[in-house]
Amino acid sequence: MKVFCVAEYRFDELNPLSIELLNLANQIKGDGTAEAVVIGKDVGKYAEELAKYADKVWKVEDDSLENYTPDLHVDVLSQLTERENPDLILVGNTAQGGEFAPYLAAKLNAPIATDVVAVDVSDGVKVSRYLMQGKLMVDLKLKSTPCVLTIRQGVFKEGSEVGGEIVDAGIKPSKESKRKFVSYIEPEVGEVDITQADIIVSVGRGIEDESNIELAEELADLLGGVVAGSRPVIDNGWLPKDRQVGISGKVVKPKLYLALGISGAFQHVMGMKDSELIIAINKDPEAPIFGVAQYGAVADLFDVVPELIEKLKEIKGA
Amino acid sequence: MKIIVLAKHAPDPESEISVASDGKSISQSGLVYDINDWDRYAVEEAIRIKEDKGGEVVVVGVGTNCDDTLRKCLAMGADRAIKIPVDTSLDAYTIAEVIKEAIKDEQFDMIFAGLMSQDLNNAQVGVLLAAMLDLPVATAVTELKVEDGKAIARRELEGGYLEEVELPIPCVVTVQSGINEPRYVSIMGIKRAKSKEMKEVSVAPSISTLEIEKMYLPPVKKAEMIEGDPSQIAQKLIEILKERGLI
Ligand SMILES: Cc1cc2nc3c(=O)[nH]c(=O)nc-3n(C[C@H](O)[C@H](O)[C@H](O)COP(=O)(O)OP(=O)(O)OC[C@H]3O[C@@H](n4cnc5c(N)ncnc54)[C@H](O)[C@@H]3O)c2cc1C
Ligand SMILES: Nc1ncnc2c1ncn2[C@@H]1O[C@H](COP(=O)(O)O)[C@@H](O)[C@H]1O
Repeated sequence: MKVFCVAEYRFDELNPLSIELLNLANQIKGDGTAEAVVIGKDVGKYAEELAKYADKVWKVEDDSLENYTPDLHVDVLSQLTERENPDLILVGNTAQGGEFAPYLAAKLNAPIATDVVAVDVSDGVKVSRYLMQGKLMVDLKLKSTPCVLTIRQGVFKEGSEVGGEIVDAGIKPSKESKRKFVSYIEPEVGEVDITQADIIVSVGRGIEDESNIELAEELADLLGGVVAGSRPVIDNGWLPKDRQVGISGKVVKPKLYLALGISGAFQHVMGMKDSELIIAINKDPEAPIFGVAQYGAVADLFDVVPELIEKLKEIKGA
Repeated sequence: MKIIVLAKHAPDPESEISVASDGKSISQSGLVYDINDWDRYAVEEAIRIKEDKGGEVVVVGVGTNCDDTLRKCLAMGADRAIKIPVDTSLDAYTIAEVIKEAIKDEQFDMIFAGLMSQDLNNAQVGVLLAAMLDLPVATAVTELKVEDGKAIARRELEGGYLEEVELPIPCVVTVQSGINEPRYVSIMGIKRAKSKEMKEVSVAPSISTLEIEKMYLPPVKKAEMIEGDPSQIAQKLIEILKERGLI
């Protein structure tokens, strides 16, 4: 198999997922090659990092590629694909990769599977991915090659160095981008920095209503911690944006992460899985959060939390 | 401003999930359907733009049983609906293809989709459609401004960062949750919306790129489970926290 891995970087840093793509490519390439593609204005330093893990690194450089746009990524990747004929194109399942990968697939008339967690190439291309926010899984066969896969972060961390060459692809955009990059906007800084907290009481949609946040606040106060939340809690305006844990919020590693009424979707888990101790309370015995927690209880949070508060008050009072 | 919004009638991942006896599909028993969560935000955003600038909002659904969701969108304020009565599959290509066919005579300025469907979690249909129509796209949009001939969109990146981009109209936008506060619609509102147009457009899908081999419940490494009534659970949790020196 000839496997292309499209690299990603931002703010001067290569995304570690780009190396994970190469780890996967090296696992499945057989007697083929794992080839990275890096696109931008001046990508030499990324190419060098990638070359450690790739048989070949294609550099696609042009002034107009300074800032990512899906239009030009698809344009240059289609040109390179049509010339080099890879069997498989791996892209990170990120805000950037998840955006241009389906576009690229459609332009190449290639099958696509997104957010893939396992790949088997022993008989055509087969992949595994989750459905239903992590509650169901499917094995899929992609009917033709080339095909495009976006790969979930954190699954293919293991790999060894290969040491390949860096090649200028000699490809230029064939047009101007219709979409223009304007600027990056930094996250707002709030009063509480949840990344610094030792103890986090985190609430999900299971908290049901803004008025119940108080309950979590009371528990957090007694534990000397802070309250954070999953995305729906922030989307609903029940907690400020800087309290969001997850891939589009903050990554936290507290001593204790108490997850109340959080299902444990991947995008949330990526923000808290490295906590020292994770305890989850959820009504649903099948909730994926129990897959990352050390301790779990299948219970109604509105029954357990008041009990916890009571007992903590007794301890404090004594 | 004429906006086409895609809205999927989708099962809630919080409903009871099991695999059907063929081992390749989700069992329908226990599934609770509603408008895909991301699409609620997309419909709301389209209606707000229409309320501000005038124009029309046309909602499009693919599926043999998607009427409830389309009616809900009409009740929210969409002007008319197009139903494409095709059995939806896992294949996002098929869905994008039939939508492209069904809207080919509509002159639109923008197409809104949700970032992803809550059941399949593909995050593909909006982008595939953009590519098939050769239109520029922005995904995961959390802020949108529409001015003459262009749209200024803020897209969500990792870690709370945003990226501001400018798109010429016509274009496609996929909407991330939290972009607005979708309005509530009552049962009465849905009944009143019955007089709005819902047109069926039959399209035969031709593309199939994927084959389902197997569907199954994922193996989960389980946490150590604490049993008992709420008071016993709380007691055990206190002991764990004490052991760890956390209280
Ligand atoms: C690009 C992208 C980025 C994202 N970024 C993030 C992110 O940064 N952070 C994030 O959190 N999500 C993020 N998401 C959303 C994510 O996919 C999930 O939708 C979200 O994490 C679900 O939040 P939840 O667990 O609170 O809600 P749900 O999935 O609705 O789960 C609620 C849970 O509460 C339980 N429950 C209900 N009532 C009770 C009760 N009384 N007692 C106990 N348990 C109860 C239910 O059993 C259920 O498990 C992102 C999604 C996308 C597509
Ligand atoms: N059957 C459908 N009917 C209408 N819109 C759909 C359908 N499937 C997907 N979409 C749209 O495409 C978006 C992304 O879906 P998906 O690619 O399945 O994750 C959804 O949020 C909808 O806006």
